[in-house]
Amino acid sequence: MDFSFSPEQDDLRREARAFLEANPSPSMDQLQELGWVGILKNHSSEDSDFTFLDAAVIFEELGRVLYDGPYVLNEVAGQPGDEVWSIEIDGFVPHLDQVTRVLTADMQGAGASGETLATVDESLHLGKLSRNGTEPAEGNWDDVRRRLLAALALESIGIGSKVTELALAYVSGREQFGKKIGTYQAISHSLVDAYVAVELSRSLAYWAAWSVAENDEQVDLATAAAKSQSSEAAVLACEKSIQAHGGIGFTWEHPLHRYYKRALWLEGALGYGREQRAKIAQSLMAL
Amino acid sequence: MELRDTPDEAAFRQEVRDFIAANLPDGSAKRGARRFEDADREWSRKLGEAGYAGLTWPAEYGGAGAPYSHQAIFLEELARAEAPSHLGVIGLGMAGPTIMAWGTDAQKERYLSKILMADEIWCQGFSEPDAGSDLAASRTRIEDQGDHFLVNGQKVWSSFAHIADFCILVGLGDPDAPRYKNLTYVIVDMHAPGVDVRPLVQITGHPEFNEIFFTDVKVPKENLLGNVGDGWQVAMTTLLHERGTLGFALSATLAVAVRKLIALAKERKVTDPILLDRIAREWIELQALKYTNYRSLTALQKTGVPGPEGSASKLVWSENNQRLTKLALEILGSHAQLTNGGGYADGYWQYQQLRSRGNTIEAGTSEILRNIIGERVLGLPRSR
Repeated sequence: MDFSFSPEQDDLRREARAFLEANPSPSMDQLQELGWVGILKNHSSEDSDFTFLDAAVIFEELGRVLYDGPYVLNEVAGQPGDEVWSIEIDGFVPHLDQVTRVLTADMQGAGASGETLATVDESLHLGKLSRNGTEPAEGNWDDVRRRLLAALALESIGIGSKVTELALAYVSGREQFGKKIGTYQAISHSLVDAYVAVELSRSLAYWAAWSVAENDEQVDLATAAAKSQSSEAAVLACEKSIQAHGGIGFTWEHPLHRYYKRALWLEGALGYGREQRAKIAQSLMAL
Repeated sequence: MELRDTPDEAAFRQEVRDFIAANLPDGSAKRGARRFEDADREWSRKLGEAGYAGLTWPAEYGGAGAPYSHQAIFLEELARAEAPSHLGVIGLGMAGPTIMAWGTDAQKERYLSKILMADEIWCQGFSEPDAGSDLAASRTRIEDQGDHFLVNGQKVWSSFAHIADFCILVGLGDPDAPRYKNLTYVIVDMHAPGVDVRPLVQITGHPEFNEIFFTDVKVPKENLLGNVGDGWQVAMTTLLHERGTLGFALSATLAVAVRKLIALAKERKVTDPILLDRIAREWIELQALKYTNYRSLTALQKTGVPGPEGSASKLVWSENNQRLTKLALEILGSHAQLTNGGGYADGYWQYQQLRSRGNTIEAGTSEILRNIIGERVLGLPRSR
């Protein structure tokens, strides 16, 4: 039993964090240069050492910087060729205006045409697909769905960690009544709860990533558990972070609301927690 | 990353399973609510002889010197079989490691091996009526009388005190010294004149804990751990080990509770989607705790130091266990009011739910744990 990333994966995380802090909104070309594009596709060929765990590191780091492009969905779609893919999720297509092809749940590939909609999370660019010129795509939806659930969980962990760190830094500097507000237990205990929720969910998200990489027999339970718990933890951490920031956390100029809006999307994408838990319960009661 | 057992771990797991199947006394699975003295000393001795008592203890102290993963596997398998724990949990998890860290060679020689074989049972004398979370406010006096210490005072929440041979005792060594430098830590013979143990009946109706009264108890000088005034530091070693080794046992016992919860739900033919949602949530929470403990375990094995994620385990476990046991009562419906469960689980849930209220108080209250995580793990400014 070894529940840790390899030294190479730790290096990848360090590189990714440094690069993304300088370039939080990289183009697909930039990501191509880093060798990140097609990292999962290469996995299926014999000559690659990369697994879903390597992709997992990148997905989490992209969540931390609130990456606003189609890279994650393109990786999860896993289609051959050089086109950039998004995936239709719950009737809408994120980043529709930034891709050329769209994968649908019936495993059809469609041209990326349709109406771009005003989206609460402005960086999400949700669109309504007009299904023109569809043709069968590669793979099966169960695999795509498992990869997607794990990726959404990992992105949630990136967000949850980042907003908790922002809150910790803020309450360690902000003074009221002559004291750092982080010394007040009403503040510190609330942030501890956010930290604990994210850390416990992190274990689930990594377990899910490993289960996908290994095609483990528990992969459906792991991905459902990880996605529901991690996205709920991300929402909780955002809400507690906004509260700990007080008035400034409620402003448009502060980045917190953008994290919060993404977390709210993640919470619902592919089904809210209760839908994931309903599937888990069904499986537990049938055993 | 490899979340399956290695061949070595799988072999050890099988060995433990075989040992439990061959040696577990009949009926021990139903022992939950009974007092510790009912648990079999013979079982504890067998665990000691098989080398399972001090799995991670160094070989020089009679331990197996095994990796922490073996300790986790052993606890998982023990819980899975609902086998009783070793009677010497305080000795194994707290007194022993403290003696290894602070004890003299003579103390190590005298005490350690008898802990492993359950020949001598230990209890803990930390909490007092007026010093619960605030250990440094202890009023139990440990007076230096030249050729011995004289102990007077009262301790509470002491599991095993009624069968214990020794107590790790923290008290006020020097009332004039500043806070945290005023404490002294000694080993007290529980059979010495002036030691009086009285059972304390809890809200479950069971006297699991005890009060200990010390009246002019003479403690030999060689029973001092560390120096006079080192009591706070020595106690921190004890508590570090208490929480450090607790995590694996906790997720293992929670796994049993979740398994029983699902069995109850099936027996009661639960179809209510709200109850099913809550059952699934408890299963998810269990996986989160289990895999978080695995992450801590890996960090511990690689660095020798537990990772920060481990400090959250006890906090989360206690709240999970409280929520889960109440959910079980809700599934029982009106039967929840019947002491014996009215045919369901023989009163297991009624006892467990009441017992769970102690979980957020014992071994560090949830409030203290949140302070520790906030200040030591997250680096928030200190409130005191």
